[in-house]
Amino acid sequence: MTISRDYQILAGLTLVFAILPLFANQFQLTLLITLLYWAYLGTAWNIMGGYAGQFSFGHSAFFGIGAYTSTVLFLNYGISPWLGMFVGAGFAALFGAAMGFLTFRFGVKGHFFALATFAFAEMSRLIAQDSDFINSTIGLTMPIIGGDSWSQMIFEDTKLYYYIVILGMLIVATMISIWIYRNKLGYYLLAIREDEDAAAALGVDTLRYKIIAVAISAAITAIGGSFFAQRFGFIDPALVFGVSISIAVLLRPIFGGSGAIWGPLVGAIFLTPMEEFTKIFVRNPPEFLSFMKGRAGFDVLLFGVIIIIVVIYMPDGLVGSIPQWLERLRRRLRGQSQSATQEAAR
Amino acid sequence: MEWKQYRGSLIGGLVVISLFAILIYNNVDWRACLEPEAEGFVLSCVAENTSAWYARYGVVMRQATVSGLLIGGVYGLVALGLTMIFGVLEIINFAHGALMTVGLYITFILFDTFGIDPYLGLFITVPLLFFIGLIVYRVVIHPARDAPHHNQLLLTLGLTLLIENLLLMVFTATPRAIRLDYGRGETNILGLFVMQFPIRIWRAVITFDKLLAFLGALVVTAILYTIIQKTDLGKAIRATAQERDGAALVGINTDWINMITFGIGTACVGAAAALVLPFRPADPTAGNLFNITAFIIVVLGGMGNAIGALLGGLIIGLTQELTGIFFPGSPDLIGVFVIFILVLLFRPQGLLGQAA
Repeated sequence: MTISRDYQILAGLTLVFAILPLFANQFQLTLLITLLYWAYLGTAWNIMGGYAGQFSFGHSAFFGIGAYTSTVLFLNYGISPWLGMFVGAGFAALFGAAMGFLTFRFGVKGHFFALATFAFAEMSRLIAQDSDFINSTIGLTMPIIGGDSWSQMIFEDTKLYYYIVILGMLIVATMISIWIYRNKLGYYLLAIREDEDAAAALGVDTLRYKIIAVAISAAITAIGGSFFAQRFGFIDPALVFGVSISIAVLLRPIFGGSGAIWGPLVGAIFLTPMEEFTKIFVRNPPEFLSFMKGRAGFDVLLFGVIIIIVVIYMPDGLVGSIPQWLERLRRRLRGQSQSATQEAAR
Repeated sequence: MEWKQYRGSLIGGLVVISLFAILIYNNVDWRACLEPEAEGFVLSCVAENTSAWYARYGVVMRQATVSGLLIGGVYGLVALGLTMIFGVLEIINFAHGALMTVGLYITFILFDTFGIDPYLGLFITVPLLFFIGLIVYRVVIHPARDAPHHNQLLLTLGLTLLIENLLLMVFTATPRAIRLDYGRGETNILGLFVMQFPIRIWRAVITFDKLLAFLGALVVTAILYTIIQKTDLGKAIRATAQERDGAALVGINTDWINMITFGIGTACVGAAAALVLPFRPADPTAGNLFNITAFIIVVLGGMGNAIGALLGGLIIGLTQELTGIFFPGSPDLIGVFVIFILVLLFRPQGLLGQAA
């Protein structure tokens, strides 16, 4: 049996990411964890926003449900986050399916759908802020255990373990993503994205497959939320249900190329180091820019600029645009010789 | 006139009324009337309970109604700008609120540095925001005119991040409030007559700045409505909104109309900003609330519908204030979001919009 090209790439990338931490110091390791983590969330978003073309502006709802479910189960009932994260995924999938059913059933499409997801996310934030059993606005804090514990997924000494966990999660998520893309479900979703009416006319049960896409995306996102809670040890509604999560989640796949398998990862590889370096830059700017020292906002401002540039100049993201640029460059280089051959042919 | 035209408003009205009915139901202790030891006839007991509830909460409710309607006028003005932009450009302008924040800071600087009264400052803020709108359209929106809808949404989102954080860098997160030295106690209105502020109607308080914001919003809305309905420019805008290619065919420069419309829409938030600064301090995210409510109002009132925007503004302002009472401690936007989702599901074309 031959292994398809996508899985070969995945195997190669796994190898690279498995070797990388051997050469990384603590800072670089943190950077790598963040990178993989956003690639993971981007992959989740991509299934719904990229493949199915259902632009979600409210992934923080799923993220928050995952983070809160596993944390509440762990703190109040002593259930291991390894189990809790799947419970959270189930809840998020249910929530996503319900949301999808409501909106799709009534024909909410395009940017109205984006606004609806935003409204659902904001509503879940407001409800979380008002719910006493999850500590309302104060949030939840993980206990300090003074060491590493695989069963509780808390690693206070060895950050490498978090790296291993998130790498594993990313590999699984990417495998799911590849599987969807290369199977019937993926073709249905792409058909829905390109022309929903035509897909429906050809007998694709659009409502069903859109809901499936939302549910899968929600479940994967929720597990990412659980990982966030485990890694940072603190969650509150504004943090995990906030708009900033929704934006950050969709940023990587859009930048890298939404609808492409490797888009989220490429986006994360470019954006995450950039984000970190701007943070360092603002903390310690060069002499002539010293007025920027300690001023909040520059890193997010840069994101704003990137979004604008990406939408205007490379609407297909890096994965889509770079081949086009290369092609154009090649044509320009060949231009002269080609026109010469054309002349000769005449 | 067929009744179908009014069906939308009827359904919308019923939804809102039943929502409030549910709210009242939960707050009045009806169940006590169904107990065997309850005194008298059930209905009279309910009526008694309701009036007792009203005696306790009546003032708060009247106050909320008044405040809701007053701020609702401003919401309507912000939404009017958004709905115009949507009607002509078919772009959901997420940066609408951020541009309003810009207006707030401009008004603040005018007052703080140059000592210009915010209401007089309207004559500077509005044209300034109009030009900012033109520039933003030219530089950011125009290059992506043909991009897919969600990319345009993303574009305006990027613009929001850019504006918000630029303001955060320059002005920091400290709220900037201004304090008018008039509008309390005896106030001379344009030298014509003297009024006592704040006004009290049935013990509900109306302050000078909120009343002026409401009236100002109504005036600006009326002016804009006249421009859209009566002038040639308005006719061209309406034509472009209705049928872009057709408008271009009869010689309307639709690119130009796009730009003007974006400018006018932005000028609306400039006016709204100058009107609300006396009671809503400026901070880099101050426009967010207006942005979110404006979206919901636009969906509620029907995309591209001016009257719907004003009506929706009043409804949303009312809902927001009233949810604050009926669910004490809960964030007041929750009722607004519930209405939003209900409208999206059951009447996506809006209360006044016609079915597609």
